Amino acid sequence: MALINPKKKEVQVKIVYYGPGRGGKTTNLEYINKKFKERIKGEMTTVKTYGDRTLFFDFLPVDIGKIKGYDIKVQFYTVPGQVKYNATRKLVLRGVDGIVFVADSLVVRRKMNILSLQNLNENLSSFNRRIFDVPIVLQYNKRDMEKEGIPLLSVETLENDLNKQLKAPSFVASALTGQNVVTTMKKAISLTVASLQKKLELGG
Amino acid sequence: MEYTIELNKKQFESIENILKEELIDLGVQTVLLIDLAGNILVNLDDGKSDIDIYSLAALAAGNFGAVSAMAKVIGESDFSLLFHKGEKESIHFSKINEDLLLLTIFGKDVSLGFLRLKTAEAMRKILEII
Ligand SMILES: Nc1nc2c(ncn2[C@@H]2O[C@H](COP(=O)(O)OP(=O)(O)OP(=O)(O)O)[C@@H](O)[C@H]2O)c(=O)[nH]1
Ligand SMILES: [Mg+2]
Repeated sequence: MALINPKKKEVQVKIVYYGPGRGGKTTNLEYINKKFKERIKGEMTTVKTYGDRTLFFDFLPVDIGKIKGYDIKVQFYTVPGQVKYNATRKLVLRGVDGIVFVADSLVVRRKMNILSLQNLNENLSSFNRRIFDVPIVLQYNKRDMEKEGIPLLSVETLENDLNKQLKAPSFVASALTGQNVVTTMKKAISLTVASLQKKLELGG
Repeated sequence: MEYTIELNKKQFESIENILKEELIDLGVQTVLLIDLAGNILVNLDDGKSDIDIYSLAALAAGNFGAVSAMAKVIGESDFSLLFHKGEKESIHFSKINEDLLLLTIFGKDVSLGFLRLKTAEAMRKILEII
């Protein structure tokens, strides 16, 4: 969970991009990395397997400025989406403050989205946390593919499958073109930081 | 159960002092105190270091988590200590408690035996504070 350092007046916040394999999590971070190059001190760190699949995680630290006198450092992570990597996925989820769930809009990925959300729920439970208590934003990715005539799930279907109970903010997006990538990220940051506000007022 | 580490200003100061006295003064290049989520609680260096500590912390936490999971697979409760030796620099990790790791980076001029001794001493003192 967020680390508050009253001595340095600094808060470290962990936001994790979660979702099925090949859904576009890494592509989201790559876009953010390019877009905010000047605010990113370190390099984007990625632990990849053959090809471009994430093996362990991607990591991107971004300074977003001050809130209530504290420097806010957001650490973005992606998990490996492939089912077989659950052990590492769990490790990345440790101490999460906010989640972006990247769903794949392709019709053929419907089941994978649902399973991945269930998996998120189970993994959070293993840390005694509830999905309803963690700030979360949904992203329906790959909307650009509609133009190519590839069948996509309708937003209604996605909402019904994934967001009926969560009632989280959701965005259609294209990580490839950048559509709503920043909007999704900003929403995740603002929800996450809002959940910490009380702590910042008390501490320090 | 996961918990947030909450330390006040004074605790942060005391921990920094311990790490400085025990490790930086010994000639260690960088000392990081991190949690297993990858957050950095304390970072100190000898003033000559220029490494990306945030990425290092993220990787170190992941690495340690992976090694702990490996320990469980083979029926060990944990490996409390890890060491990676490089040509010029080496990295030494030790687990302080369920949530905290101490990571040191040091060159050839520091002996591993002495470092271990000092790390153990620093850990003992830190545990008295938190
Ligand atoms: N057309 C299109 N392709 C996308 C979009 N987002 C991602 N892709 C492509 O989908 C593939 C998988 O994207 P990644 O970002 O690697 O997916 P991931 O979620 O990180 O996958 P894992 O690491 O296996 O979990 C890549 O070839 C991307 O270029 C999008 O919005 N539109
Ligand atoms: Mg990936």
